[in-house]
Amino acid sequence: MATDTLQHGATAEPHEHHDASGTTVFGFWVYLMSDLVIFGSLFATYAVLMKGTAGGPTAADIFELPFVLVETFLLLLSSFTFGMGVLAMNAERLGQVKAWLAVTFLLGAAFVGMEIYEFQHLIHEGFGPDKSAFLSSFFTLVGTHGLHVTFGLIWILVMLIQLSTKGLNAMTRPRILCLSLFWHFLDVVWICVFSFVYLMGVL
Amino acid sequence: MSASSTNAHGSVKSYVTGLVLSLILTIIPFAVVMSGALSTLATVVVIAVTAVLQILVQLVMFMHMNTKADEGWNLMSFVFTLTVLVLVVGGSLWIMQHLHLNMMIG
Repeated sequence: MATDTLQHGATAEPHEHHDASGTTVFGFWVYLMSDLVIFGSLFATYAVLMKGTAGGPTAADIFELPFVLVETFLLLLSSFTFGMGVLAMNAERLGQVKAWLAVTFLLGAAFVGMEIYEFQHLIHEGFGPDKSAFLSSFFTLVGTHGLHVTFGLIWILVMLIQLSTKGLNAMTRPRILCLSLFWHFLDVVWICVFSFVYLMGVL
Repeated sequence: MSASSTNAHGSVKSYVTGLVLSLILTIIPFAVVMSGALSTLATVVVIAVTAVLQILVQLVMFMHMNTKADEGWNLMSFVFTLTVLVLVVGGSLWIMQHLHLNMMIG
């Protein structure tokens, strides 16, 4: 099934275990597709409930676009720096892989920090998830994404430790590739969040 | 080993292209919404189109989705997932919209 990737990879990467690696990464891709269905359900829930403000604030009242734009840039840049890390891995440069992963971690952590600040700010103002159906669905959707990013950050830390102790080998390579897919996937979900929740919310 | 960076997992050029395109496709909808230059309908269209384009850019340039890898199975599973998403999201909105209208009348 994975023969094409293998031929593709065989000319590109002179290391063994293509078979297992290709299957692992494809399996992870299928997991991401199922995760996409989770987010799809949460987006549908949000779309249905977004008008249910129950006397509380509307989307236009609470969203601050410049703040969201900075969050977007952070996540987009982190997606790019992870890509650079994968390129460094293909070029067998362990030090560069670790450096790019560290930069990705910092950008991701800044993103999560901003999101926690936003949530804490909203709750402090009395606009917590208990206020209205709109806010419940908003916190669930954006919070689920933030939780994914947080787990991605933990995974990056684990990979940094594994790269330090084991280096680049047949075990750590597929893990880096899976993590890169996970990270890019979170950026794709965020595109939907900023477009359909934040931008369309303030219209 | 420079060949590796041009084949299996993209190249610096493809990642930079993806980044620049993504930045442009992010700035356009934010600028349109924040300036309020267009009508609401036009703004919604701009947001939706730039979002879809940026998702495609990232899927192809960052995640390397194509028809060749895994004999197209990653693309195939993505298309299947899209079908599920259209049913789940579209179906939910459709049904809830009708329910809402019926409740208003009733």
